[in-house]
Formats: sequence, structure tokens, C-alpha cells
Amino acid sequence: MNTFSPSTSKPDDYWHVNTGYETVYAKRINKGRFRTYKWFTASLWLIYFFAPYIRWNGTQAILFDIPGRKFHLFSITLWPQDIWVLSLLLFSMAFTLFAVTTIAGRVFCGFFCFQTVWTDVFTFIEDKLEGAPSKRRRLDKAPWSFQKIRIKTLKHLVWLLIAVLTGVTFAAYFTDVFWLWRAYFRFEAPAAAWITLGIFTSVIYLFAGFLREQVCFWLCPYARIQGVMCDRDTIMPAYDTKRGLSTADKKGDCINCKLCVAVCPTGVDIRKGQAEGCITCGLCIDACNSVMDRLGRPEGLIRYASLRELEEGDNPRIFKKNKILHRPRVLVYLLIILASLSGIVYGLTHTAPVDFKVLHERQPLFVLLSNGNIQNKYILKIINKTGRELDATITVSGPDGITLAGVSNPERIMVGKVMPIPVFVRIAPGNIERENTPVRFLLSAAGADGREIRSEYNSMFIAPEKAKQRKEKN
Amino acid sequence: MEINDRQNPYKAKDTGHQWDGIRELENPPPKWWRIGFHASWIVVLIYCVLYPSIPLLRGSTSGLLGWTQVKEYKESMAEIEKIRSPYEEKIKNMSAREILSNPELSNYTQVSAKVLFGDNCAACHGAGGQGTPGFPVLADDDWLYGETIEDIEEDITLGRTGNMPAHGKTLSKQEIDDVVKYVMQISSGGIYQPGRDVFMGMTEGEAMCFACHGEDARGIEDMGSANLADSIWRFSGTEEGIRDVIIHGVNDTSDPKTIKARMPTFGGKLTPTQIKKLAVYVYRLGSVQNE
Repeated sequence: MNTFSPSTSKPDDYWHVNTGYETVYAKRINKGRFRTYKWFTASLWLIYFFAPYIRWNGTQAILFDIPGRKFHLFSITLWPQDIWVLSLLLFSMAFTLFAVTTIAGRVFCGFFCFQTVWTDVFTFIEDKLEGAPSKRRRLDKAPWSFQKIRIKTLKHLVWLLIAVLTGVTFAAYFTDVFWLWRAYFRFEAPAAAWITLGIFTSVIYLFAGFLREQVCFWLCPYARIQGVMCDRDTIMPAYDTKRGLSTADKKGDCINCKLCVAVCPTGVDIRKGQAEGCITCGLCIDACNSVMDRLGRPEGLIRYASLRELEEGDNPRIFKKNKILHRPRVLVYLLIILASLSGIVYGLTHTAPVDFKVLHERQPLFVLLSNGNIQNKYILKIINKTGRELDATITVSGPDGITLAGVSNPERIMVGKVMPIPVFVRIAPGNIERENTPVRFLLSAAGADGREIRSEYNSMFIAPEKAKQRKEKN
Repeated sequence: MEINDRQNPYKAKDTGHQWDGIRELENPPPKWWRIGFHASWIVVLIYCVLYPSIPLLRGSTSGLLGWTQVKEYKESMAEIEKIRSPYEEKIKNMSAREILSNPELSNYTQVSAKVLFGDNCAACHGAGGQGTPGFPVLADDDWLYGETIEDIEEDITLGRTGNMPAHGKTLSKQEIDDVVKYVMQISSGGIYQPGRDVFMGMTEGEAMCFACHGEDARGIEDMGSANLADSIWRFSGTEEGIRDVIIHGVNDTSDPKTIKARMPTFGGKLTPTQIKKLAVYVYRLGSVQNE
């Protein structure tokens, strides 16, 4: 295996691709603006670890109840019927990602992505246990000794611990977290829980511990599609070539210290321009600024800048001065985000307390009764989402003389259960003009706050062709 | 031609193969690919040890877990039985009428008896009880032998064979025409007197229809005779069909062209609980009386 160190890499003029045979020993500088941002954004993932422990009305506040096919989010319960709210949420998140990428590049990759954050934490631990890159490199090359085994074992144990914790936490979103912990410790957890834990632990251990930047290079689809979202006005960490280039005559600001390359977690040389491996984490900016400070030169040799700014000395623009349609894509993204967010708000505030559906029986479509009336059968499906039992009255409206049988008004509707109620609608053939006659079912019940819960469902009443003929004859 | 450092920065092994001046090096595939490759065959190996996988002359290796499809099927059936058993336990000691008055058990029965209906009844009566030509509709409110749940239970247990003698030889053509007209009109309330006379046995042929169908032609449930005065027909409502029934009868062995209509006995084939469930299912297909 070749070990690759950016600071000692010899040929500068070929397009260097790291397919995973080079370990990136990135130097960690624990000071700097972007380093602070990174810790802050990474700490947002703590929410992920603590959220399952939040209780709400005696149950878990956030719970994806897959066997029960319900999603609990504090006081809101989403049923499979409401899944569109969830998909709108994913939709708006995707478009937020697109908009942010258009404006400021791979902000998600550099600061929020779980792969980046977990790798960052893993390398932080590595740095603490094994020391600076030179020490790490020496340790890796050294023959096995007690010292090496001790350090390596400790490192891998801490990694595994984090991986296991992540896996348990993930599983905890699908079942009660306290019960889950007990079940794991008593080895009573269901197979699905063990499999989830196994997959998560091994994937995190492997991805954050070993594959690292290779995931961003070769596995992540998002990294692949971002190119189409960036344009000349997208700001991202960039090396100001005009300012730093004149290294030859010793007048440029770049002193070729290669600190920017040494700190890069993906092994990119930012001075060569935009790179596919660049996750725009800004650590090279921190590194370069620290050097510029020491040299007494202005900061920003490497900085967040757009291509247009670097080439034309123009200011970065999110839209464009005076001409807002210059970057319609940002506007369109923002509009889509706005639309889906309002959809989510509507969905969360307007989820009906009762889901009322009426299915028409197919076999037979209609039945002739002994008194000559025509009967259609329907199955009522009522889901009670209110959290307490409801007494619902069901009526039907349609042509004259329409009657409803089979429903014992009021019908008691249990919480969280779908009980199909077969009902029969009967109409005298003389009152029907067409083969298909619209009928309307109405459910009404008294809600908790005294307000009436109403739900309507439009269906069809189907009659034989004969009924029509008979009417014409009469 | 030697390859220089620029062309081979990692000093990959040169295979010596050369086509059109392009040399083949042994550059390794990406590491993630290698990990994926090795992980794959390891999984395959584990699978082969745990599950049936290698075909032998008879069957295959059984695998350490002893998994079979049949076993999995039986396990999931046992799971379903476990869910059903509390209901089945209750139903066992209840009458069909008691089941009907309990909404939960009635619903359970209706859902779980669907398969029973499909296996035993749907072939003649249709999947939804809609009937097929010659076989009665179960989804309506007309019952030849009575509409109570007990009657329906008896229908299933004992089976039913209705009888109507063939009148082709005893009645004249005129008498038959008259009685057909009478039967067709009575459904809409009209009375055709010459036909009525035939019906009451007051003509030469002495048909005696009223003895089975009743003087009001509304049928007699104890005999299972059809109600001729409503809008539902046991066999056919056309003039042609009615004439056919009168001439050849139903299940009359003396007439080779008689209509054969026999509901088989299910008493020996199904358990009393299964029949009870079917009765509830059939009852709720369409004969609910409350309005």
C-alpha cells in the first residue's frame, strides 16, 4: 500500500486520484473560525442522540411505529394517509440542500453531513490517542509492540463504542428507547433490532474509521450531482491565484508552506482550483489565515469566493445587483422550499381528526330486493385520530327515498383501529334516473371541545340498466 | 517503450501487454470496491453454512439454522392462529345469533369467514354472493326457506333440494299460457283471472299451484316454494324462462328436461363452528333488515 502525504507528493502536474490506497493523515488545527463552526454544526447531531429520550404524554415524543403504521411527533400523530407531509418535508430538505449548494457550495458536506461529522469525531479521537500526523504515520509503520497494540485497541474500542451508540439511537426511533436498552442488555431484543444495530455499527465503524474521504469521493451520490448546482457565482473555499501565484518571483503571498494541504481531511490541494474531493469545510482557510497572521499579511489568500469574484474582482452575488433574474435558479429553489413548507404547515394543522372512507362493494355492484328496491353495499372505513372514543352518526343523502341500513347510529369508533362497517343503501328504482347516481355519506360526531367533527365522502350508487328502462316505460 | 513516472506515478506493475502503443498496468481497483467484493463472498459463505444452498441428488444441504419454507409457513400460520384463537374460543360456545349481536365478533367472523365462503360457496353463489344463473343470490333479502340466521344455518347444514312437478303433460297449452301471464303480472300487482283459475286448480288440468306457492302466491317457507309475487325470480323472470319451469318442473325425475337445483349438505363436510361462521357471513351479505 502506498502512503500518500500531500506535503511530500512529488509530481504536481498529473491529475491525482486517491482511490483509497493512500491514507490521508490530516493535520488537525484546533483553532480557527471554521473549526469553531464545524464543532458547532457537529454538535447539532447531539439532538439525534438525545431526542429519543424526550417523553410526551407518557410515551416517546418521536416514534416511528412501523408495526402500528403510525408516526408520532409530540402531539401530532401521522398515519400512512398523511405520508405526503413527510415526503414534503424530505422534499423541502432536498431543495434547501440545492439552494444552499447553489449559493455557497457544499455547506452540507463540510459542516452537517453525518459522514463528515462522524469522521471528524473519529479523527479527533485518533489525533488525541496517536498524536500528530508524523507520529501517526510512524506508528502505522512501526512493528507491532505492546505500546502500539494498546493505543490501537483503545482507539478502535472508542470508535466501536460511538458506532454502537449511534446504532442503538437509530433503532430507538422505532421503538421505546428504555425498553430497547433493557432488551439489548438482556439479549431479548428482536432480530430486527439486532440487525439494525449490527448494520449501523459496522457501517459507521467502517465508513468513519477506514473509508472516510473515500465515501465522499466514490460512494456518495450527492457529491456527484452537486456540480450541476454550482455556477460562477457560487461561493466556496478558493485560493486567490492572482494574489498567491507569484511565488516564483517571491512577491506572491503564498509561501508554499502547504499547510492548507496538510489540514485537508480529503487530501485536496486547494491551490489547484476546485476539486471533486473538496467538501468545503473551510479548514484550509483557517490554516492559511493562521500563516498570513504570522507573516503579517492580510487574511483571505484562501477564502470563500466565487469564480466570478476571483476572475473579475466582482463581489459575490446571490441574485445580482439590479437584475434579480440573473440567477433564477436560486429564486425557483426558494419558491419550491416555500411552497413545500407551507404544505407541511397546512398538513400539520389540518390533519382531519377522523379519516372517513367509503368503499363500494364490487361483487355484486347492486342487488334487487324483493320489494323492487335496489340495494348497494358499501364498506365504511373510519379511523379515529382524536385519542378518545367517538360516537359517530352516519347518514347518507342522494335521490328521494334513499335509506341506509346496517349502521347502528351512533356507531362507536375506537381509537387507532380500522373497523370496517358494511352498510346498505336502498333506493326505489323509480327515483333513479341513471345507472350511476352520486350519493354522499356524512359522518358527524361530537369532538372533545364540543365542536362537531364532520367528514364527508362522495360515492356512487349503481343501478341496473333495467331500472332506467322501467322508468321510461312507466 | 518504458513508461515514465508521469504516466505511472504509483509504480504499478507492468504486465508487458501492449496494444497500439498502449501498455497495460496492474493498477488495483479502488479500496471500497475490494472491501465490497470480499464482504460479498464472505456473506455468501455464511449464507451457505446457515441456509439450505447446495443442491444434492435428493434435496439440498439443510443448513445450520434448519430453515425451510414449509417451516416458515407453519410458523406464520401458527402466529395467525394465535391471534385468532381468543375469538374462535368465544365463538365456539355461542350461537350464530349471539355472534351477530356482538359487533366485534360479528366483524371478526365476517372477515375470517371470507375464505370459507370462497372455498365452499362462491363456486355457485359468486364471490360476493351475487348468484349465478340457476343459483340464488345471497346478497338480497329474499330467502326461500326463511330469513332468520337459524334458517340460514339450517340451509347450509342440511342442504336444500326444492321440488316442483313438471306440468307439461297435465296442463294444456292454453292453461300454461294463462298461468305464465298470471305469474308475470302478479309481481307488479295485476291479477289475470284466467291464469288465476289455473293457479287455483279450477281448470281441467287441476294444477294446484296454490298448494305449494300459497293462495296469495307468496310462497311457503316451510316448503321452500318461491314467492311469485315479489320482484325476485328463483330461476328466470322472462316469459320463456317461466314457461320452461312450469312445463319441466324442478328436480322432477319423470321429466328428463327438468331443472336440476340442489344445494348440497355441508353438515358432514364442515364443523358446526365453520357453519356458524358461514351463516353469519351470508346473513350479513345483504339481508340486514333495520332501516
